[in-house]
Amino acid sequence: MVPLSHYLILSAALFAIGMFGALARRNAIGILMALELMFNAVNLNFVAFSRYLPQTMLQGQIFAIFVITVAAAEAAVGLAIVLGLYRNFKTVNVDEINLMKG
Amino acid sequence: MTVTQAVFFLLAAFTLGAALLVVLATNIVHCAIALVFTFFGVAALYVLLDAEFLAAVQVLLYVGGITILLLFAIMLTSRISARGVKIMNEQAGISALVAFAIFALMVFANLKGFVLAAAPLPASYATASLGKLLLTTYVLPFEVVSILLLAAMVGAIILAKREREKD
Repeated sequence: MVPLSHYLILSAALFAIGMFGALARRNAIGILMALELMFNAVNLNFVAFSRYLPQTMLQGQIFAIFVITVAAAEAAVGLAIVLGLYRNFKTVNVDEINLMKG
Repeated sequence: MTVTQAVFFLLAAFTLGAALLVVLATNIVHCAIALVFTFFGVAALYVLLDAEFLAAVQVLLYVGGITILLLFAIMLTSRISARGVKIMNEQAGISALVAFAIFALMVFANLKGFVLAAAPLPASYATASLGKLLLTTYVLPFEVVSILLLAAMVGAIILAKREREKD
């Protein structure tokens, strides 16, 4: 059988990749994609814990469902914001959108 | 090495490779396609973890919904075949350092904390009890999340709507 720590390390790697993308990409849509990677890593952790640790009420899977729902809401609002940015600034590169930088 | 382990390592390599492609690919459309493969890999890992319902939700919502939304946003904003454009900002090096440090820290904590819980519990057929729990114990968060979805939907429509010309 696959031990729990394998899943945790895989999820940590996925999270680190997503974090690098969120910090380093210029394109705002690329940043949102990296955020989705991080959400997936967290969900993988929840599901793995819910499979391996003793529990009474499937907390891990339930929480993963709620994370997926909130992630969907986040993606919809985030992409609407990106569209608004593009309309106002004619770019989606976050390092060119520096209106509030003194 | 058992079959399960082989499948796990195959899926892990597939998922991580696709995830790297999401972060590093130059063309943003390629990133979106690679993201689809990452989602499929994670869905397969859910099946491996006996979470069939979550695997189905993952495919329906992420592969079917969010990716389409992302592709729409890409086509509505950027010039797709922009070549020679920098995809990373100037913090790329230090970001890689920070991400790797976080990864090392998490691996360290995992190996230190969860060696004992190595063997999985006996498999349970969870989908039916998942549905029951969502409508009994967890019914309040369930309803709250539906309100959140409504708010997000209205908010997205308001934000994405073209502003009316001011006369």
